[in-house]
Amino acid sequence: MTPWLTILALVPLMGSVLVALLPKSRPTLAKQLALAISLVTLALTVVMALQFNGASSEPFQFVESYPWIPAFGISYSVGVDGIGLVLIALAAILVPIVVIAGWRDVDATSDGSVKGYFALILALESLMIWVFAATDVFMFYVFFEVMLLPVYFMIGRYGGPQRSYAAVKFLLYSLLGGLFMLASMVGLYVVSAQVTGQGTFDYLSLIGLEMDPTTERILFLGFFLAFAIKAPLWPFHTWLPDAASASKPGTAVLLIGVLDKVGTFGMIRYCLPIFPAASEFYAPVVIGMALVGIFYGAYVALNQNDMKRLFAYSSMSHFGFIALGIFVFTTIGQSGSVVYMIAHGLSTAALFLTAGFLMQRANGSSLISDFGGVNKAAPVLAGFFMFAALSSLALPGLVSFVGEFMVLLGTFQRYLFVGGIATLGIVITAAYVLRLYQKSMTGPLVPKLFGMKDLGGREVIALMPIVVLTLVLGLFPAPILNVVNPAVDRVMKTIGATDPSPTISSEGSGK
Amino acid sequence: MITLAAATVDVPFTLPIVDYNAIAPLLILLGAGVVSVLVEALLPRGSRRFIQLFVVFGALIAALAWVFTITGVRVVTAEGAIAIDGPALLMQGAIVVLALLGALMMAERSLDPSGDVFAARASALPGSEDEKQFTARGYLQTEVWPLFLFAVSGMVLFVSANDLLLMFVALEVMSLPLYLLAGMARRRRLLSQEAALKYFLLGAFSSAFFIYGVALVYGYAASTQLPVIASVLTAKPGQTSLALIGMALILVGLLFKVAAVPFHQWTPDVYQGAPTAVTGFMAATVKIAAFGALMRVLYVAFGGMRWDWVPMMWIIAILTMLVGSIIAISQSDIKRMLAYSSIAQAGFILVGVIAASPAGLAGSMFYLIAYGFTTIGAFAVISLVRDESGEATNLSKWAGLGRRSPLVGSVFALFMLGLAGIPLTSGFIGKFSVFAAALASGDAWLVIVAVGASLIAAFFYVRVIVVMFFTEPGPLTASVVVPSAFTTIALAAGATVTLVLGILPQPVLELVSNAGLFIR
Repeated sequence: MTPWLTILALVPLMGSVLVALLPKSRPTLAKQLALAISLVTLALTVVMALQFNGASSEPFQFVESYPWIPAFGISYSVGVDGIGLVLIALAAILVPIVVIAGWRDVDATSDGSVKGYFALILALESLMIWVFAATDVFMFYVFFEVMLLPVYFMIGRYGGPQRSYAAVKFLLYSLLGGLFMLASMVGLYVVSAQVTGQGTFDYLSLIGLEMDPTTERILFLGFFLAFAIKAPLWPFHTWLPDAASASKPGTAVLLIGVLDKVGTFGMIRYCLPIFPAASEFYAPVVIGMALVGIFYGAYVALNQNDMKRLFAYSSMSHFGFIALGIFVFTTIGQSGSVVYMIAHGLSTAALFLTAGFLMQRANGSSLISDFGGVNKAAPVLAGFFMFAALSSLALPGLVSFVGEFMVLLGTFQRYLFVGGIATLGIVITAAYVLRLYQKSMTGPLVPKLFGMKDLGGREVIALMPIVVLTLVLGLFPAPILNVVNPAVDRVMKTIGATDPSPTISSEGSGK
Repeated sequence: MITLAAATVDVPFTLPIVDYNAIAPLLILLGAGVVSVLVEALLPRGSRRFIQLFVVFGALIAALAWVFTITGVRVVTAEGAIAIDGPALLMQGAIVVLALLGALMMAERSLDPSGDVFAARASALPGSEDEKQFTARGYLQTEVWPLFLFAVSGMVLFVSANDLLLMFVALEVMSLPLYLLAGMARRRRLLSQEAALKYFLLGAFSSAFFIYGVALVYGYAASTQLPVIASVLTAKPGQTSLALIGMALILVGLLFKVAAVPFHQWTPDVYQGAPTAVTGFMAATVKIAAFGALMRVLYVAFGGMRWDWVPMMWIIAILTMLVGSIIAISQSDIKRMLAYSSIAQAGFILVGVIAASPAGLAGSMFYLIAYGFTTIGAFAVISLVRDESGEATNLSKWAGLGRRSPLVGSVFALFMLGLAGIPLTSGFIGKFSVFAAALASGDAWLVIVAVGASLIAAFFYVRVIVVMFFTEPGPLTASVVVPSAFTTIALAAGATVTLVLGILPQPVLELVSNAGLFIR
């Protein structure tokens, strides 16, 4: 059997080392090499995904397992279910796009070496693949934490004026969550040692572990805190706007588009199956946090003048939807959340990259008030911007609509009231997205932007795959749903949740 | 009734039984120390350095090799005064290996333009005419080597002392040379001498506590041997007040050496003032030796009083972690920052000590080894960063260093991440081991405090990376001096161990858990 996942993770890691070893005087070669490696990784991902058997009864496929630190029952174990697979695919798709789109991002700045940036991107890709593929909790934790380092350097070395502050805040905030997860994880290990006599970190062995309810709740909190900071959910979000606005567009895409998904992925992969009773216990709190996040994020976005911060707050609102879908415990809600994760990754990429192209044409300003009438000077750019905006507000026919609709449907199944409130969030989303478009793209062209160029070939090439995927998966989501649904079914079965059966009131009371 | 007459009864003298094989590493080091003194006394100045280095490295390697050949030996020898067991041998091995790295750093002669990092004549008053003369003539001294060897011998004895009196002797054999070494810096001599004096005065003070405690415990148990004290404790469980006070005073002496709060005051001054090579050597090895002795005393002699010392150690561990981490944040001198970091790290190790279980002992030992290599590497880097006034230890002079010298910057960043306990470094596995042990012993709250302290600590470690990589190099930025093979080897070993113990820790984890428990 081919060790697909290990190869998949090692290719970008080796690539990263290669790129880092190139001479400093050959920046173009570094970029070309990085692009080639990311494309090879993408090709490998596609080949692997085609071999994925959606109907398999095994919980994980492409499984590999070797003892790593037997002293603590730790193994190097990888494997993917449908959820892991689509998220790995998302990472593999976005990395080459970010490389192409960020081709000139680092040249413009005097700081840092060009090869360093691209080496960090590849290292990050490798770690992302491992984090989604890990089936050993310890291994997951290791990559969950180590993943912070490339991002920390990408923000801190290559970011904007506030980069140092943003990078440290990002790292400390994430470490805060990570350390509490560490304490919980150690606790889980101790519990597993007490219950089975042999401590283990193997994911499948930890499922269904008999725990004292109080212990379970405490351990849940450690994991959940880490994921809620990572995702981020309200009120743990304050690092995100700073990190997003200090980052290069490419960094922001990988950070918000893929990395933050580890948080929501962690909830559905680890929190729910390992701590089912505690998840149920805390579900109302999480749903409350998600609802507040949906509205708070949208409200702040409505009043933002900085595009990158606006996208960050908008993402926070979307993360509210994703968490909501996970914690309403319905199949359709959880499947919807996974689809939403993909959709949000794509729409975030589209937004940040087009905004990045826009900013390059306005001396790096990301203030909405500095723009206006762009659609006169750069119709193609404005068109892509429009598409990204619509994708963000979940226009029917786009993949984000599929995700959002399924989440809401799942929520309505369980809690009519919550579903009703959450639906209102869509309205605000539409408001801030359209306001953004209107202010920056329509109207008379502002004098500062006279003579601005439209998108070039490279930039269009970077954006096209996102557009195509958003459209194709929006109209025909079956490929995603086919692989995600069995995985979600398994999660639902593990936690012993059943979908509420649709009831039609015989008295016609309308309830 | 004990009468004076009883003491005068003629007892036939019996030769003490000494297992020379088991204590050979100690004898090698002590013998080498004596030889080293003779070399200083008898040989002409020009030929001393080569012979001293030969003696030092030869002795260390021989001692290490001997430790390897006697693994598995578990014996109490020298009339119950010395215990050679798994943990003792492991820690002796670790001390000797780290001492090797320390010796490499101390032997470095290509960093300072005027020769090595030690004062030309330690006896010359700072700023005096003598000093200028000696420096102008390019005098280099080799007296550090006998001191170094005696310090290492003291440490090796300290971790295997099974008798409180011998432990006191070991403590002094270890400490006195260190006090002197701390005062021998070539640059900033006043700072260095102040450090030595402070270290000596406070150290002497804490030794007094220790010996007073030994006296009280002797009054209780009528013996200074650890296992005897333990058996008396089980025999007379009701009347332990004398033993309690004695134990507390002994712990003061030992906690002083591990730099636990509130006995940590000396640490920043000494770490800053001592020559960096000595600081690195001391930071790594004294920690191991002192924790070795501390655990032996707590587990072997006072294991029966666990419920008496655990609450006290809880408070000390929490204070140590928090005070160390919080004060480190405000430091602008990198050596002082690492001093407070070493205090915080002592707190994390105490978490493992408090677990008082086989897993706790193993975890603490792993942590000590991991910490030792990372620390010695970090100080090796510090010794390379210099400007015209000597070492540039002020953090502001490190601005943009990582951009100017990416390799050295990256290695130092690795050490900082290791100390912060980021996964895939040895520090993470160390933290994991002690936390797991503490949780298994039911110390959940201690672990939560430790986690909080880790976060605070992460802040100042990460800040160094920010300074090195995220700031522009300025006119004040120091430069990195290219070292000779000596420091390069020490640095490479520190970095390699930090990484390897983070990625593939299994062999060392097996080593520490197979070391077993202290012999009783």
